[in-house]
Amino acid sequence: MIPEIGEFALIIALFLSAVLALVPMYGAVVDKELWMSYARPLAKGQFLFVLISFLCLGYAFSQDDFSVIYVAQHSNSQMPMQFKLSAIWGGHEGSLLLWAFILSGWTLAVSLFSRTLPLDMLARVLSVMGIVATGFISFLLITSSPFLRYLPRFPEDGADLNPLLQDFGLIVHPPMLYMGYVGFSVAFAFAIAALLSGRLDTAWARWSRPWTNIAWAFLGLGITLGSWWAYYELGWGGWWFWDPVENASLMPWLVGTALVHSLAVTEKRGVFKSWTLLLAIFAFSLSLLGTFLVRSGVLTSVHAFASDPERGFFILMLLAITMGGSLTLYAFKAPNVKSESNFSWLSREVLLLVNNVFLTVMAFTVLLGTLYPLLIDALGMGKISVGPPYFNAVFVPIMSIMSIAMGVSIAVRWRETSAKLVLDKLWLPAVISILCALVFPIFYGSGFDFRVFIGISVSLWIISTVITEFIGKFRNTQSLSTKLKQLSFSYYGMMLAHIGVAVTAIGITLVSSYSEERDMRMAKGDSVELAGYQFTFHGTHIVTGPNYMADQATIEVTEDGKAVVTLHPEKRRYNVKRNMMTEADIDAGLFRDLYVALGEPLNNGEAWAVRVHYKPYVRWLWLGGILMALGGLVTVADKRYRKQSGQQELTNA
Amino acid sequence: MTPKRKKRLTIILGLVFGTALIVGLVMFSLSENINLFYSTSQIAKGEAPVGARIRAGGMVVDGSVKRSLDSLKVQFALTDYEHQVMVEFTGILPDLFREGQGIIAQGKMDANGVFQADEVLAKHDENYMPPEIAESMKHKQEPAK
Repeated sequence: MIPEIGEFALIIALFLSAVLALVPMYGAVVDKELWMSYARPLAKGQFLFVLISFLCLGYAFSQDDFSVIYVAQHSNSQMPMQFKLSAIWGGHEGSLLLWAFILSGWTLAVSLFSRTLPLDMLARVLSVMGIVATGFISFLLITSSPFLRYLPRFPEDGADLNPLLQDFGLIVHPPMLYMGYVGFSVAFAFAIAALLSGRLDTAWARWSRPWTNIAWAFLGLGITLGSWWAYYELGWGGWWFWDPVENASLMPWLVGTALVHSLAVTEKRGVFKSWTLLLAIFAFSLSLLGTFLVRSGVLTSVHAFASDPERGFFILMLLAITMGGSLTLYAFKAPNVKSESNFSWLSREVLLLVNNVFLTVMAFTVLLGTLYPLLIDALGMGKISVGPPYFNAVFVPIMSIMSIAMGVSIAVRWRETSAKLVLDKLWLPAVISILCALVFPIFYGSGFDFRVFIGISVSLWIISTVITEFIGKFRNTQSLSTKLKQLSFSYYGMMLAHIGVAVTAIGITLVSSYSEERDMRMAKGDSVELAGYQFTFHGTHIVTGPNYMADQATIEVTEDGKAVVTLHPEKRRYNVKRNMMTEADIDAGLFRDLYVALGEPLNNGEAWAVRVHYKPYVRWLWLGGILMALGGLVTVADKRYRKQSGQQELTNA
Repeated sequence: MTPKRKKRLTIILGLVFGTALIVGLVMFSLSENINLFYSTSQIAKGEAPVGARIRAGGMVVDGSVKRSLDSLKVQFALTDYEHQVMVEFTGILPDLFREGQGIIAQGKMDANGVFQADEVLAKHDENYMPPEIAESMKHKQEPAK
């Protein structure tokens, strides 16, 4: 009964979103206030019914209703409750439902928090989101309903969730990532609404900026969580694999980063308008492309679920309509867009343009590396794969140059800056970062290392320019606290995010240069030394989990005879599918991780294959990701955006 | 030329050179880092280059996995149900590596016709067959009909 209610609620939601797509839009075209005013209630109704549908699926999972095919395939009665619930998005159908749920959530949020938006603009924005929702919900209902049943005979117990997914990571990673993916639909809707209305003033940029920043922050957080999850769960100790699906999430993030910066220029200076519009369109299109790549099964990847050509075709159509439609609209309307001011060569505008070009180029190279194998295959020229060295070779130089530009951009003003002023500000940070980066590898590592030098110097350059500029703000003020309050939240957000980039870059540099790893055969009592730590293997014993049995090893780690930690990596065998899972054990620290994973038993359990890693500064990678996301969120608290919602109260007073 | 046009020209020239540079970098890295896929039949027929980094895929032959007693060296045979190729690998095999399972190995052919793998990939789904293998087997079956 409950699953049918879920399906039915989804059908109602489809109708509501179709009405939302048509009625307010029509109202905006013929300028009828009544029609436009339907937008808000429709957005609320759509959210309500998708929520009901989502809760119904959750209920089916929590009650172990294995007559529902999707539940039977992704759950099992032995699974702990938190995994039963997060199994909602553990497969194709449910994760699409999550997509639709988050989309309706964003639509609701726009309808609630845009009180000062002119009605016709709001109507257009919500209608565009209604169009997207119509596409996705019909996709769900037609090709991938999670509510289908096994009737009249259904399995007694479920087929269990892939053990890799039975983890805390599944609870947080997909929702965060989807918040970001789908959040770009808001920026997209604002861009399309602006193009349709022809009102491309800076107000448009101010409205869409907070939404874009939030979406961008969530996407960054989602990617960071994904990387952290892969690191501890896959048992390889890797944190980024250039897997096509990772690339699919990285591309919208890169374009989104460009969009966040470009929006800033558009809002403050009224330039780059058409470019900003284009980026908004691309950010969302790449999110759709990502969904297509993951869901259609064209890619070989950890994330690719059982594939179905029909589904892939449907998403490809959605993508074609979205991109084709919006780019056509853009082609007609964008030539009318006028810039509102000028700027000279050495100005913040130009440096932000440089940032945009680099980020777009990076997104493009990732896209090329991801799609190239598909293209070659489609042309019948053989099966190839593009390895991580390609991505590293392209990414590292571009990223380094961009980081240098990042430091300069902080010291440069809008419109025009004299070269002398910039040099005055920047020579000290430049000298400090180069000197520190020269000395660091000699003390930390075994000698000078060019890669470490580049990585550390650009990171320190970013940090030191941010700090110099920050201190410079206080030169002519007496009161520290007034100045601290005067600086805007956008400014604090920017500093946080930029320092985040540097922290991530330090993490990447050090963990890729100074990691140590050994795979070896260990019998009881054997020990091995790695990076100054002594790892001693004390054998294994059997432990029983809620839905698995495991061989748990005891590995004692000492440094110069002093005990550091005792690690317990596991080799689990899940009861239902009988598949094996490596559960690594990690001693995490700010400056180093010790990572131990079990391979397989050798000679009937007499010894084990053991993998030991020493990972310096690996936490910095994710710490930087968190700082970047935090920076994005802080900017939203800026007075400017609150003022626009408080405007009415001001006029009333 | 007016100053405005001059500025525009500089921007365009800059963009053209920048693009050329990046395209060059991309093409170079691509050409260096593409791994071609070979089926075991192709390898058995000697079509795979010796010493170049390639990917080989197939099903692990039942009963062919041999572990060394004192190290992590392991030896197994891959097949597309027509020809077999021996693979050697030192290290820890993925959780889903099993006899009868489809896998992909990355590495080089050595002079003795043994595939020296430095990476073995098995996917996280027990019914999974890499699309490359599925296709190369489809090719095998069709002419037989």
